[in-house]
Parts: sequence; C-alpha cells; structure tokens
Amino acid sequence: MTEFAGSQYVIEVIYLVASALFILSLKWMSSPATARHGILAGEIGMVLAIAGTLLHHGIVDYKWIAVGLVLGSGIGIPLGMVHMTAVPQRTALSHAFGALCVTLVGTAEFYLGTQSNSKFGLSVLSMEVILGGLTFTGSLMAAGKLQEFLPQRPITYKGQNLVNFLLFGVAVGSAVYLVLHPEAKLFFPLIVGVSLIFGVLLVIPIGGADMPTVISLLNGYAGLSAAAMGFVLQNKLLIIAGALDGSSGLILSVIMSKAMNRSFSNVLFGAFGQVQASAGGGQEAKPVHSATAEEAAAILAAANKVVIVPGYGMAVAQAQHKVRELYDILSKKGVDVRFAIHPVAGRMPGHMNVLLAEADIPYDRLIEMDEINGDFPQTDVALVIGANDVTNPAARSDAASPIYGMPILDVDKAHTVMVIKRGMSPGFAGIDNPLYYLNNTLMLFGDAKQFVGAIVRELSGGH
Amino acid sequence: MGSNLIDLLFIFMLACFIGFEVIRHVSPLLHTPLMSLTNALDAIAVVGAIVLVGERKSTFATVLGVIAIVAATSNVVGGFFITDRMLKMFKSSRPSK
Repeated sequence: MTEFAGSQYVIEVIYLVASALFILSLKWMSSPATARHGILAGEIGMVLAIAGTLLHHGIVDYKWIAVGLVLGSGIGIPLGMVHMTAVPQRTALSHAFGALCVTLVGTAEFYLGTQSNSKFGLSVLSMEVILGGLTFTGSLMAAGKLQEFLPQRPITYKGQNLVNFLLFGVAVGSAVYLVLHPEAKLFFPLIVGVSLIFGVLLVIPIGGADMPTVISLLNGYAGLSAAAMGFVLQNKLLIIAGALDGSSGLILSVIMSKAMNRSFSNVLFGAFGQVQASAGGGQEAKPVHSATAEEAAAILAAANKVVIVPGYGMAVAQAQHKVRELYDILSKKGVDVRFAIHPVAGRMPGHMNVLLAEADIPYDRLIEMDEINGDFPQTDVALVIGANDVTNPAARSDAASPIYGMPILDVDKAHTVMVIKRGMSPGFAGIDNPLYYLNNTLMLFGDAKQFVGAIVRELSGGH
Repeated sequence: MGSNLIDLLFIFMLACFIGFEVIRHVSPLLHTPLMSLTNALDAIAVVGAIVLVGERKSTFATVLGVIAIVAATSNVVGGFFITDRMLKMFKSSRPSK
C-alpha cells in the first residue's frame, strides 16, 4: 500500500481532474462547433497539472524550473505563429521537442540510478529512450525535409533496410543486456546513440508524398514514449496522455496508409517517389489541350456545378486566397462550388482543410473524397489546382503503376476537367498522368496564384 | 510495487481504448489541429522534468531537466496557441445556431 503524504494526495486528485479534462478535450475535437471548448479543457487541464506538480514535496528549488518555463514559452510563442503552410514542419519539430524532453528525462533518471533495482523499471526506461531517441532525430529529419533543408526525394542506398534492422536490433539487444546486467552502465549511451542514428536513417529514405503517414507515425511514437515515461515515473497522468497521443497518431497513420493504399512496411521501407527513370524518359510529348484564362473563366461562368480539387502545389504557390476570391465570385454568379479534399493532399492529415479555412473558405464546402467522388459525373467542371497523383486514373486501371490501387478523386468523370500546372513534370510519384491527355481535359499552364488571379479578373471584368 | 504495475497497465489499456474511440470520431476536417493538440497534451511530460529539476539531485540531471522543460513548455504554449489559431479559422457558410 502506498502512503500518500498530504500534498501527494492533492497532486493525485489534481492529476485525476486533468486526465478527465484531457479526454474531454479530445472528445470535443469531433466537430468544429465544439472544438474550441476542447482547447479550453486541455489548457485548464495542463495548467492544473503543472501547478499541481509544483506542490511536489521533493522540490527544493524553483529557480531553474521558472527559467525553463519562461524560456520554453519564449520559444513556443513564435513557433505558434507560423503560417498554415508551415504547419507540417512545425508539427514535426514539436514531435522532436516532445521526444527530446522524454529522452532527456529518461537519461537523467538512469544516471541518478532511480531504476537500477527494478527489471521492469529499467525495461520501460530503455523503451522510453529508444522510442524517444528515434522519434527525436526522425522528427528532425522530417521537419528538415518539409522545410526543404533536406532533399524531398527519398535518399536510398543498397542494403539500407538491413542496416536499419540491424541498428534497431542493436538498440533492443543492448537494452535487454542492460536490464539483465544493470551494472553495465556503458550500454546506456549505446542504446541512446543507436536510437538517434536509427531515427535519422529511418526517415531519410522517405519521400515527400509519404510525409503525412510518417508525421502521424512519429506523433504516435512520441505519445508512446511519453507513456513509457509515465510507467517509469509511475505517473498515471503521463500514461493516459501518452496513450491518447499514441492512439491518435497510430489511427491517423492507418488512415493515411489506407488513403495511399500502401502498408506501413511499404511506407517505411519502400522508398516511394524516386522519379521512375524508365517510365518518365523516352516518352514523346503527347498532345494536350490547353486554354487561356479567358477561356477558363468563360467555361466556369457557364457551369452549374464546379468542384475544385486543391493540392500541395496550391499551398506552395500560396494561391489559397486567390482561390477564395474565385469561390466568392463564382458563388455570386450562382455557381455551386465545392472543394474535394483527398485524405493525403498536403503534407499532413487535414492540411488542405486548414489552408482553405485560413483563406476563409467555409468548412461545409470542404468535402471528403469518399463523399464527393460519386458526384463527379454530374459535375460540369473539375478544376484541379496543384494536385497531381490524387487525380491520376492510372491508379484505377494500370496494374503496373506505382500508385495502382490508391483511392483517387474521379475527376476524369466530370464533363470538363481543367488542370492548373506550371509544366508537364511528374508529381511525387514520379509518373505521368493520363488525365492530362484526355479529350475533356484542358491544361492551364502557369503559376497557380497568377492563373487563378487572372481567371478572377476575367470573371469580374464585365462578362 | 507489483500491484502498482498491474494498476498502471490497466490504466494504460483503458486509456488506449478510450483514445481509439474518441479519436475515431474526430472529423477529418480537424486532423491537423488534432495533431497539434495531442502534441500539446503530450508535453505533459514536462511534469516529470519539473520534479527532476526541482529535486536538484545532481548537476547533470538538473541541466538535462531544464532543457527538457524548455522543449516541453515550447510545445505546450506553441501547441495550444497554434491549435487555437487554426480552430478560429473554421467558419461555416451556414449562419451559426
């Protein structure tokens, strides 16, 4: 039976309330209407938990705690102010910070010897630093790729899967050895070091198109490492929060993998997106139909139902605000305009939605792929802006294609398809898109922001 | 501490099931703010670092702990801030009830 000192009991009650608030916080995220309450619940829970922890009887000095809290806030605020286009890399960075915290605490606990007489303690401590270490470096790599400090194309080398497997084996093996021989302290830095290297090598071969899955996975790992920390410190609040975060990340990864029709192992080990040298080269340029902004504007104005398909390219071109203007002007003319959102459009789950929301497009106009796919045959115009692979019909018909089986938006079934693109270069899957050569497809060559701006001008200039 | 371990495992299991159930119902519209929110909540790991730094058991532990506090607090503050910003952007074209 554990004896609680008076303040310890108070802390436990506070943690109990905070846990409930965290669960409510996530529950309220189920729809935009209740989501703001969710944040409030989470904030209150967090403040309570931190304040409660400060009551801990073992604390003798508050000075450095205060320093840490202030410095952390100073870094957090600017990070919270980034543009929506930078949210994926900011998210990856925050996973890195979270994993860093967990790894550092685990390391400190080890060298303080708090777990040396418990096999279970040492086991979870090892799990904590392995997960924490690989998530730390893996997330840094992901952030680097998203911010384009690192090349987005997968970097691969022969035998890399074997190397990764061996590294992971070394980390786990060392952990097992350490648990059985707690006096072999040198094994600990080995575990941490190998995990850090493993994180780098795990993410380096993954291409930009797979980022949504990888970020979700890292989110899950960060959560699991926090839960492991909870086991080490016997802190129920940490276990609960870690479990919530872990399941969230894992669910999102599964959703992302399904949306690309690829299994996890394929994402992690099957470098997707190297430009298929054989497929791309040696094909003579097939003719495409192209159109000007005036022609595009006329077609749009005459339509009844328009579906806009946004992709990462729209975000890169920062065209979302021009797209809002297009939405406004078409809606005023009585055209029904909706947006088809593919689950892996963008660089993280739900990325397109926040980009369009940032541009003030009402969220009830943003329709998920499964809901809207059946509507394309009745759609007059499908306007594709900066999206490529998610509209590629080869995924349905061409069994040899790397994207075969991936659920796509059936834009080719619309009466007219217009695609805004800078040129004919392949998308992230590195393959050609047969959509562009169809008879009912018009290519609109140009920068997304400028082209959409031109269409808007045409529509408002006295038609 | 045998019974304590089993208690913790029960809690972990229940929390995982709750997590799955709750997250399943989050609208795909909100997956991005969901991720930044769960990350902010995850930074509750700061409480472990706070105790570590407060106990002042060794310089090494204190230094690591302070860095850990900085990293986690950045997630808490930044995470809630950005999630709130994102949620403010979601507007419906239908008039609110």
